[in-house]
Amino acid sequence: MSDKVIIAKDLTRKFGNFVAVDAVSFEVSKGEIFGFLGANGAGKTTAMRMLCGLLAPTSGAASVAGFDIASQTEMVKKHIGYMSQKFSMYGDLTVKENFLFYGGVYGLKRKVILERLDMMLGLLQLREATNSLVDSLPLGWKQKLSFSLATLHQPGIIFLDEPTGGVDPIARRQFWDLIYEAANDGVTIFVTTHYMDEAEYCDRVSIMVDGKIEALDSPENLRKQFNAESMDAVFQELARGTSTK
Amino acid sequence: MKPAISIQKLNKSYKDEQALKNISFDVEQGELFGLIGPDGAGKSTLFRILTTLLLADNGEAEVMGLDVVDDFRNIRNRIGYMPGRFSLYQDLTVEENLDFFATIFGTTIEANYDLIKDIYVQLEPFKDRPAGKLSGGMKQKLALCCALIHKPEVLFLDEPTTGVDPVSRKEFWQMLKRLKQQGIAILVSTPYMDEAALCDRIALIQKGEILSIASPESINDSFHGTLVAMKSHRMYELLKALRIHPKVESCYAFGEYLNATLVEGVTDWKPIEQDMRDKGFDDLVAHDATVGIENVFMQLLSKTEA
Amino acid sequence: MKQYLAFVKKEFRHILRDKRTLLILFGMPVAQILIFGFALNNEVENAGVAIYDMSGDYESVLLQNRLENSEQFFIERECQTTECIEEAFRQSKARIGIILPQNFGSDLLNGQKPEIKIVSDASDPNQAQVLTSYATAIILTHVKGRATIVQNAPIVSAIPRMIFNPELKSVYMFVPGVMGLILLLVGAMMTSLTIAREKELGTMELLLVSPLYSWHIIFGKVTPYWLLSFFNAMVIVTLGIIVFDMPMNGSAALLIGSCLLFSLTALALGIFISAKANSQMTAMFVSMMGLLLPTILLSGFVFPIENMPIVLQVVSNIIPAKWFIMIIKGLMIKGSGMTVIWKPVAVLVFITLLLGVAAIKSVKPRLNE
Repeated sequence: MSDKVIIAKDLTRKFGNFVAVDAVSFEVSKGEIFGFLGANGAGKTTAMRMLCGLLAPTSGAASVAGFDIASQTEMVKKHIGYMSQKFSMYGDLTVKENFLFYGGVYGLKRKVILERLDMMLGLLQLREATNSLVDSLPLGWKQKLSFSLATLHQPGIIFLDEPTGGVDPIARRQFWDLIYEAANDGVTIFVTTHYMDEAEYCDRVSIMVDGKIEALDSPENLRKQFNAESMDAVFQELARGTSTK
Repeated sequence: MKPAISIQKLNKSYKDEQALKNISFDVEQGELFGLIGPDGAGKSTLFRILTTLLLADNGEAEVMGLDVVDDFRNIRNRIGYMPGRFSLYQDLTVEENLDFFATIFGTTIEANYDLIKDIYVQLEPFKDRPAGKLSGGMKQKLALCCALIHKPEVLFLDEPTTGVDPVSRKEFWQMLKRLKQQGIAILVSTPYMDEAALCDRIALIQKGEILSIASPESINDSFHGTLVAMKSHRMYELLKALRIHPKVESCYAFGEYLNATLVEGVTDWKPIEQDMRDKGFDDLVAHDATVGIENVFMQLLSKTEA
Repeated sequence: MKQYLAFVKKEFRHILRDKRTLLILFGMPVAQILIFGFALNNEVENAGVAIYDMSGDYESVLLQNRLENSEQFFIERECQTTECIEEAFRQSKARIGIILPQNFGSDLLNGQKPEIKIVSDASDPNQAQVLTSYATAIILTHVKGRATIVQNAPIVSAIPRMIFNPELKSVYMFVPGVMGLILLLVGAMMTSLTIAREKELGTMELLLVSPLYSWHIIFGKVTPYWLLSFFNAMVIVTLGIIVFDMPMNGSAALLIGSCLLFSLTALALGIFISAKANSQMTAMFVSMMGLLLPTILLSGFVFPIENMPIVLQVVSNIIPAKWFIMIIKGLMIKGSGMTVIWKPVAVLVFITLLLGVAAIKSVKPRLNE
């Protein structure tokens, strides 16, 4: 098996006449932090949904963790973790209950789930939250816990959809510590964000404009390529022409 | 001249949680005032009290010299409000939305077209499109038009740029600047620290408390200690190494660089740089870091947390 | 006024653009009346009768012929024992058994009171009751024609219904019920749903912050649904009359008046619900559990109130639809005037006023916490 864990080739999705994702091709290596940027409506969410096996491509193909996203969706889902700002955990269940539920969904044994929960909360220094209702926790904690939850079944790839929206700057960075840690352990991270400073933390960044990937490189190279001071400037440069749509 | 907004010792609690703790500040007429803080800091609660939608537990608040409790009808005629979520009728077209809001404020689009012209020209090509089918940036512009259509004297914008891409965000702030020039006082909240620099004054808010109020320039001066920027190709390892260095108080990623705050009394970062090189970070780049609002905010946060 | 009209216009736009709402608004009344009219027919056709004729004389044979020739019954078997009737029930061949006593004919003609026993398979009590009353009706009418003797029939309760609805057509029962249901559904549920939707979308905040007064918002919301539900009620009446030959014996003005009155009741309920419910889910749930089910179950629409336990009979008095159905039945079927139906009308007015005050009080110029 190659170390490319995501391979997209001419991935396309149309909704009626509208081409949301237009023949997108890229590869992501094992253990890489891959930033997926784009203006609102550029097609990020659609692309991400296809990669997670939630939406069938109109044409083109992609494999995730070695499985075809169109024909082996169940296998794809088994091998990925997913976390978004909007959906994380059930607020009216405790942290432990959430973990038991999701672990159960992935077919993990109760004992295994509780062991991993204890280990993860230990690392986060959030053991005290084990039996708290999720709704009663601060947003920053919730997001860290959601991340742990997404890694509970030890997936090789984690998809993060704007994971840090609205949290305070410290919590945001603590969250990125988790991402780094996971990447260090060989987990591949596929992340979208609207914070341009976070784009800098990625190994490589792709910028989507109108359904196409217009730029794809390390933040440093992109800055050089566009002769820009920051990723924000790169983004402004690329996406400006289309923002007035 | 009376301030556009005047808040004194405002308190508000929900069941078991104090959402606002003794908040006091003024917003001058024609001022662009930013309320900066993460989700759950109490920004929306404050907005709702000022827009007469909620009652505070105690304390006073005035908008254009009118009391938010006794004079709420008058205030409602004179303010514009953009709530946190996109709040227009998705099934009505751009023009129908605007027309509806003009009518309920007892005016017409034509009467106040001047004020919204700059923004509305961008929307005009899509005026027959349902609002729900607009892109994020466009929705936000329409919402702003609707909030402006009755020529408000004070504008309340609750996280207008959340979830909006950086390009649309930048444009949005340019629009706010132009509105300010027309003499409209604006209170705007945002979780994005980089937007704070565009305000006349900002208040940093966390857990219902105001941590600091100042102009963006002077707020940076309130940063204590020495800040140094470093980078290497092995960023995460560098971060971990710096965090355990005895002379480093805290270290966080800031875009391309790591920003390390040195422990009190230490100003010279050269020895630290050397230590890092000794640890094998051969490609290390280090220099003095420019303090930004985010640095200040993080410093204030860790202080209140400790 | 201009603001109010703008609101009504906007509300109509919402309704017209949402295909689902449109379908519910206009499809539902038609669908319901047709479903209740045709499918959920309580009418009896060709029910088997097990007859145990102990006399076997001319009169008893005549009565058997009468039953056999009715649309509702056919003689499934002739029994010689009561066990035979039970057996017929068990096999689900017959649903009713009739036992004619010895000397039936002579007793009948001599002015005695021959006791006819009607037994029914009560595994479906409603059906059993309907069947029994049919059978009683047919037998009594027949017997009356044969002799001047009045039978002391065990089931007299069904008789009054037949005076006004001689064919026992269930659609006559359903039309007023469906009218009540639709008015309530469109009025209360749709109103509370749309107000809750504004809260969910966040547009309620904008409306409250605007110079609009609460009554602008409330009446602006309510007017379109009021018109629509009234229109719906008229569609149902028309369908009832044209498709199901429903009589219209009373005053049309009174009918329209009571529909308008009941729409107000429904709207008041809707406003009251929406003041409390912050999401469409809650509004829907409360409308369903709090309004629809009681209306269907306790208003006399589906189950006769007389057959309910006393407790439920008492509870049924607070169900507005019960009074509305009484009024409509009185108006359409019996042709009663105000002198007869004033009581349910008065009760309904009272309930409406009460709800109206509660609704107005529940509307606040600020957000709920």
